Amino acid sequence: MLTFEHVAKVYAGNRVAVADFNLEVKAGEFIVLIGPSGCGKTTTLKMVNRLIEPTSGAIYLNGKDIREQNPVMLRRQIGYVIQQIALFPNMTIAQNVDVVPRLLGWPAERRRRRAWELLELVGMDPDVYAGRYPSELSGGQQQRIGVLRALAAEPPLILMDEPFGALDPITRENLQEELKGLQAKLHKTILFVTHDMDEALKLADRIVVMKDGNIVQVAAPEELLRHPANEFVASFIGKDRLGPGLELRSVEQVMIGEPVTVRPHTGIAEGVAIMRRKKVDTLLVTEESGRLLGAVSIEELNRNYQRAHQVQDLMARDVPAVFEGTPAREAFDLIIREKLEYLPVMDREGRLKGLVTRTSMVNALASVVWGDEAGA
Amino acid sequence: MLSWTEFLAVKGPGILSATWEHLMLSLGAVLLGTLIAVPLGIILARHERGASVVLGIASTIQTIPSLAFFGFVLPFLGIGVVPAMTVLFLYSLLPILRNTYTGIREVNPAYLEAGIGMGMNRRQLLTWIQFPLAFPVIMSGIRVSTVYIISWATLSALIGAGGLGDPILAGIHTYDAKLIIAGALPAAILALLVSWLLGLVEYAVTPRGLRQR
Ligand SMILES: Nc1ncnc2c1ncn2[C@@H]1O[C@H](COP(=O)(O)OP(=O)(O)OP(=O)(O)O)[C@@H](O)[C@H]1O
Ligand SMILES: [Mg+2]
Repeated sequence: MLTFEHVAKVYAGNRVAVADFNLEVKAGEFIVLIGPSGCGKTTTLKMVNRLIEPTSGAIYLNGKDIREQNPVMLRRQIGYVIQQIALFPNMTIAQNVDVVPRLLGWPAERRRRRAWELLELVGMDPDVYAGRYPSELSGGQQQRIGVLRALAAEPPLILMDEPFGALDPITRENLQEELKGLQAKLHKTILFVTHDMDEALKLADRIVVMKDGNIVQVAAPEELLRHPANEFVASFIGKDRLGPGLELRSVEQVMIGEPVTVRPHTGIAEGVAIMRRKKVDTLLVTEESGRLLGAVSIEELNRNYQRAHQVQDLMARDVPAVFEGTPAREAFDLIIREKLEYLPVMDREGRLKGLVTRTSMVNALASVVWGDEAGA
Repeated sequence: MLSWTEFLAVKGPGILSATWEHLMLSLGAVLLGTLIAVPLGIILARHERGASVVLGIASTIQTIPSLAFFGFVLPFLGIGVVPAMTVLFLYSLLPILRNTYTGIREVNPAYLEAGIGMGMNRRQLLTWIQFPLAFPVIMSGIRVSTVYIISWATLSALIGAGGLGDPILAGIHTYDAKLIIAGALPAAILALLVSWLLGLVEYAVTPRGLRQR
């Protein structure tokens, strides 16, 4: 669908922005260009809609050399989303979404239907938003419109230059999800620039890693993670990702140290009182020695209040548990696979040492992703 | 000396018609200035080198003392409304020209990139984006221009163009403070009023998305 053949761009002063770019993009593919600042991502992207002309090489869109097409006409067939969002502040949301259809001379009724349909697609009520101005929307909503604006005339190819760069992390993730959803529905071919590896891994069918104007590696996300072509790619992926960081940690490093425990002969009423006081909904049952016997939940206690006297009558005996020294990652896998709320950690003698909960899991993951201060 | 009531009874109608003349003279000059300066400013925004030359000329015109300027055109255009209007027109150019030029130049390049990237040609870029975004700046140039053209138009009485300069000059000749006030006050009020009206017009025609600045 889109072919780069030995494309190069040399700016004045022999500044090589793109050296020798070769890529064959298939229809419906989501390609992410990634690399450090100044490696030539934007230049590559803008050569596709002829905002920048290559110094040498050729780009073919559907087999046709783009140099042989009128640039204005070419651009109307290619969606374009820029980082600064840049919705036109003098136009309403509907008018912004409408721009390319208007340029293409669609009749008013068709344009209106299309704008309405698109707003609904991203869950923004057209009756509320169509008449608003960009300054009346949040950043995330604005960038949603930025994406819709590129989709409006149904271009088969869409270029996006760090479209979510200016957004806060949560909005960013929402929009990534949405874009992924849109892509699954609409099957556009997308060329997407970012320098955020998380974003690339999440969105891409194939990732193109660039450095100093050269392609270093082209690979699907899993492939890239498993077999980075060289040290540069590996460092760009980041050592911590997908786990070496977690792999190196053991459950002791992520567990809660002193879980709330009761003895087997503790009375039911007392158990409930302890739960209330400590604000927990599960009690671990241990012997004097600390050996783990089982666990009992608040539901269990409430349900069988009348039929029992002591927690040992109601406790579950075969609670899944792990030993100290187990890699944190295994513990997490177990929690996720078995849909556990918590996972006790024991020493070799079966004495309770701590508890991994879903919260401690999330904190540990957060510390890997965002650094330790976040998870602390 | 006449009391104010008597004064107004005698001079009132004359002052009113002078005010009307004054207004027409000023607005005519500014209108003409706008018709020339706005398109010129738009063209200049595309031609950086031409821009510095033309803006330089317009600034130079601005520095000519107005009294001298009126004297200047006298040999060429004689006296009356035409030479007065010509001078005022030339004076009105600079603020409008400069604001149009900078207004267009200072449109955030991201909007231009988005527009061009979406397939707008130059005309569409101008009429859909650059001009609407520069509009408030252009409008304030027109307002500034209007306010001081109304004030300078009092001088056009010197070359027989009428307006509120007439009572002022007459007052100066006859040491009649009332006459001077009767010319100066309406001129000041006219300037404020027109500026306020233009503000309303500007607000009314500015899309909501561009207001609140
Ligand atoms: N108009 C220009 N004139 C000269 N050099 C330029 C021009 N535009 C870009 N460059 C240079 O070309 C190189 C690649 O620029 P490009 O904008 O493509 O990088 P990028 O990968 O998009 O970077 P970023 O992540 O910072 O957006 C950089 O070294 C940049 O300084
Ligand atoms: Mg860039």
